[in-house]
Amino acid sequence: MSIALEQVSKRFGGVPAVNQVSFSVKEGELVALLGPSGGGKTTVLRMIAGLEMPTEGDLFIRGQRVNDLSVQQRNIGFVFQSYALFKNMNVFKNIAFGLRVKKWGKAAIAARVAELLELFGLGGLEQRYPHQLSGGQRQRVAIARALAPKPSVLLLDEPFGAVDAKIRQELREWLVRLHHELNVTTLFVTHDQEEAMEVANRIVIFSRGNLEQIGTPREVYEQPANEFVARFIGVMNVLDTEVRGGVARVGELSFPATGQPDGERMRIGFRPYAVQISTDLTQYHYRAVLRHTFFLGIMLRLELELSSGLTVRARMTKEEYAHLGLEDGREVSFQIRQYRVLARETAPLPPEVAVTYPTPPTIAEHI
Amino acid sequence: MAGAVKNHGRRQTAATPRGIDEPPLLRWTLIVLAMGVALVFLLLPLVNVFAQALARGVRAYFAALTDPDSWSAIRLTLVVAAFTVPLNAVFGVAAAWAIAKFEFRGKSLLITLIDLPFSVSPVVSGLMFVILFGLQGYLGAGLDARDFKIIFATPGIVLATVFVTFPFVARELIPVMQAAGAEQEQAAMTLGASGWQTFWHVTLPSVKWGLLYGIILCNARAMGEFGAVFVVSGRVSGVTETLPLRVDKLYQEYNAVGAFAVASLLAVLALVTLGLKTFLEWRTQREYARGERITRGGAHP
Repeated sequence: MSIALEQVSKRFGGVPAVNQVSFSVKEGELVALLGPSGGGKTTVLRMIAGLEMPTEGDLFIRGQRVNDLSVQQRNIGFVFQSYALFKNMNVFKNIAFGLRVKKWGKAAIAARVAELLELFGLGGLEQRYPHQLSGGQRQRVAIARALAPKPSVLLLDEPFGAVDAKIRQELREWLVRLHHELNVTTLFVTHDQEEAMEVANRIVIFSRGNLEQIGTPREVYEQPANEFVARFIGVMNVLDTEVRGGVARVGELSFPATGQPDGERMRIGFRPYAVQISTDLTQYHYRAVLRHTFFLGIMLRLELELSSGLTVRARMTKEEYAHLGLEDGREVSFQIRQYRVLARETAPLPPEVAVTYPTPPTIAEHI
Repeated sequence: MAGAVKNHGRRQTAATPRGIDEPPLLRWTLIVLAMGVALVFLLLPLVNVFAQALARGVRAYFAALTDPDSWSAIRLTLVVAAFTVPLNAVFGVAAAWAIAKFEFRGKSLLITLIDLPFSVSPVVSGLMFVILFGLQGYLGAGLDARDFKIIFATPGIVLATVFVTFPFVARELIPVMQAAGAEQEQAAMTLGASGWQTFWHVTLPSVKWGLLYGIILCNARAMGEFGAVFVVSGRVSGVTETLPLRVDKLYQEYNAVGAFAVASLLAVLALVTLGLKTFLEWRTQREYARGERITRGGAHP
């Protein structure tokens, strides 16, 4: 294990920021700490670095308990969201700083810095000062500086927060490649689920200081541990239904709820991809009007409005859309293939329900 | 830059023909008035100091300066500044560091205390030390028994001057350090730098202009302080007389040339301070503008 947390809690003056968090990271993993702001993920990162002290619990780096080790002794590389480059030092001196304070020899420093400049594509910039660099260059200098003393883990706080959308994408891919090459255990904090899904081997999801789930991107998407995760990762339709006569209803929509007492409220969630749409109004059970189409690149998001005023989000590829000949304002029929019964925010979720509809009535039957 | 500003002004005038712009007559009256006041009350006296000092020629001027008592006043002033400025630089950095980097109980009290010397009349500051260390004071008798003189001696003058000039360095540094934040220091620590290494290589360079600015102001005041020193020094010519006290003494003795000659030294100090201050302000402005560009992210490729 490269990093392990055991029942770690942090309170700031009585206010809990992190509650009883335990997880571990294997050597060489690239792990995202994901959650909404105020979720405690940055606090966890700073506790691993030694910039914050845990109120309770134990921290381990490579099997050694580090609670009582100072920041300097932990041998970690930390990249701040603002990069925190030394303004009064040029690129060379910034990268060399960690080696200088560790009393490396001059020649060894020069060699190591040259190696990093090469690896990070920063050759020729060693005399530049931070204010003379672009955002992406600054970030690379910050990571090179953190990696120079060969830390046992690399910690990054919102590494893509300070750059614009276009560079963000490049930097994500670059970070994945870099991690592949160096294979240093890396933890990064992000509030962007897409970023976490794309970059990380595993994702640790936080909400209000609690660890909600840890798993691969696929696991947290397909088997969310609770409603919070289900709603935070990806888009989800959530309906508030009421049970009447063994059926949970809201508007025109109904879901089986055998054995549930009348008047009970049931929350139903389903992903946009579980919604099947047809322009043949008789093909599926429900009717709706396509209100808006959002172009998200290759995938489109569709907003369906039911006559009761309910809105259901669906998605499909551009090709499907073109094939069906859809356009805003068009009436469609649809069905929901899979859904989940949601409980309280953080209660464990029951498994997904696959829906088997009776064979739709054919046109011939109508005639 | 200047062109842009002018243009902007013109556009406004066009938009509001008889709006916020004052009539030219009023504008010029105000400008002439302000210039006149500055000339009569600030520049003329300064020029007069040098004119009076040199009224009997250059030889008389230097004779007045090399008078043993004046010479002793110059030396004492330098000694006082030599103690006061480094002490306050260290105190100021420590206080600013504590205020800018840590959260603790009594922080606002500390900030108020740092400002105390600015709000107390220097004469009262001097009296405080006399009451504390004077022969009739709380600690005076004990000190006297050990043959250690503070009041009417150099230590008292240094103490009073340190007290009066305490806020300069701290006041300059607190905003600079707060603006710099703690992240660069934290980054240095994650890279393995000790507290000293961090302070020396990261903190100090990032506040150097502010620190220099504070030191220069502190020095100017330390050399020019009159009220507090007046009270604690006892004004023994050739022993406990600083430059400002010497000027006063000479003037009281109707020695105009001597008084103005010594005063001219303080005037030169003022001019040098003003020059350095302007230079440092220009430097910090530039640094600030650079910092702005960094935070806005608009860097050159």
